Amino acid sequence: MIIRQSQDVRPSEITSEGVYRSRRAFLAWIAGTGLMAAAPDVLARALASAPPAPSPLRYTPNPRLSTTERQNSWEEVTTYNNFYEFGTGKADPADNSRGFRTRPWNVAIEGEAEVTGSFTLEDILRPHPLEERIYRLRCVEAWSMVIPWIGFPLGDLIKRFKPTSRARYVEFTTLLDPQQMPGQRYPVLDWPYVEGLRLDEAMHPLALLAVGLYGKVLPNQNGAPLRLVVPWKYGFKSIKSIVRIRFTADRPRTSWEKALPREYGFYANVNPGVDHPRWSQKRERRIGSGAFWDRQPTQMFNGYADQVASLYGGLDLARNF
Amino acid sequence: MTAPGEGLARFVLKPLVLAGCLAPFAWLAAGAAGLGGVSLGANPVEEILHSLGRWGLNFLLITLCITPLRQLTGWVQWMRLRRMLGLTAFFYILGHFLFYVLVDQAGDLGVIVEDVLKRPYITLGFTGLLLLLPLALTSTKGAMRRLGRRWQRLHRLVYVVAALGCIHFYWQVKADVREPLLYVGALALLLGWRWWKHRDRLSHAARAPFERAA
Repeated sequence: MIIRQSQDVRPSEITSEGVYRSRRAFLAWIAGTGLMAAAPDVLARALASAPPAPSPLRYTPNPRLSTTERQNSWEEVTTYNNFYEFGTGKADPADNSRGFRTRPWNVAIEGEAEVTGSFTLEDILRPHPLEERIYRLRCVEAWSMVIPWIGFPLGDLIKRFKPTSRARYVEFTTLLDPQQMPGQRYPVLDWPYVEGLRLDEAMHPLALLAVGLYGKVLPNQNGAPLRLVVPWKYGFKSIKSIVRIRFTADRPRTSWEKALPREYGFYANVNPGVDHPRWSQKRERRIGSGAFWDRQPTQMFNGYADQVASLYGGLDLARNF
Repeated sequence: MTAPGEGLARFVLKPLVLAGCLAPFAWLAAGAAGLGGVSLGANPVEEILHSLGRWGLNFLLITLCITPLRQLTGWVQWMRLRRMLGLTAFFYILGHFLFYVLVDQAGDLGVIVEDVLKRPYITLGFTGLLLLLPLALTSTKGAMRRLGRRWQRLHRLVYVVAALGCIHFYWQVKADVREPLLYVGALALLLGWRWWKHRDRLSHAARAPFERAA
């Protein structure tokens, strides 16, 4: 397999005609007012930092692997986030990730695989047709959402790098950049954020690499430009803004496991039968749904038991939480 | 004859502080009712629950500022605010508890009993509320008169309640302990001040006989 660096431009990166025209009109107007001459670098900075409008993506819906439950609104999905790299408050990621640069972006493929090296995001994405999957997301904090992700199966990507027979786990790492990620300036967790899956979990067709949601490019606060989505596990397994994928023989030590091993395990499968030491996992609050006080029962493996339970035959899920 | 500044304290300061005491509640009520453009975010239940708890702790610590304020400024009128602030703390903490029982857990007694017994941070928070109850009930002038010296001894429980509140907060957060540590620090400062003053008084009392003799 040849994977080359390339300067290809994805459709999502092409400035749409409307935006292009309005930029021209804006520049013409600025030139007319003489502001351009007065403060060129102020203007340049303003133009550079203007948040790009979310670009639409080309994808095919996958109803077979999608739930028909009511989807959470764009507003809910993009303003209520756990992304500690941008702050520990739920609204912090949306506030603090505005200027986050997701291009250029490289992903290092390392460890027990035949093909390794550093790849541009474009290289990573090019062969994979995008699909939409509407998944339930269950946070370990006992709330949940329903989100229409745009992405492709993690297993398809893994196959391209041909993991060797020694590879039993996949480790993922988030970008480490305290300059851009203010939450990393304080050791809430041992940065950078690390997550991991068993290789058979990673190859499961439900495990998704997402690049978008609601048909648009992933907003920064949701883990742009590339994130994992493992719908049968608690949300913190679904690592965001991935820069490294490493195939290993030994089980990776994940960030939350390192921080609080009594509370967060490697598996983190959604399980109403195993409580978090500090709260019950039997029920969950579906954000933005039902009456104020409603909680609904949490389902084993977040409702994906039929598809994934066979991965855990013979494993004591109370011990391997 | 009135004490200096009594009118100011009673007719200006007190109403202002009362408005301040009720403002967070008004904000949350407006948010819950969707009035005045107040938004409580995507998870209003969590926001209200945490806000009520945080304001309860805020007002507990503000109440504990009154004595040091009096000592530092020498203005006794500060004391007129103490009961109101203490009752406000009780109001928010009771609200925090009732909101947890009735809305967050929707009155599911099984879950609530399990929480209180099994989860140390909830056990501590609940203990704090129970200890605060007798203080709220004996906050009247009549109770103060009836209890005499015992009133003050009883009301020292507020130090225990504040400590329980801080630990309750500390144990509840997932990983970022900066905010609860701020509360622990503030409480340490307020209790440290009292300890220092107390030691000061003791050493004065010990020195006093010699001073008289000299």
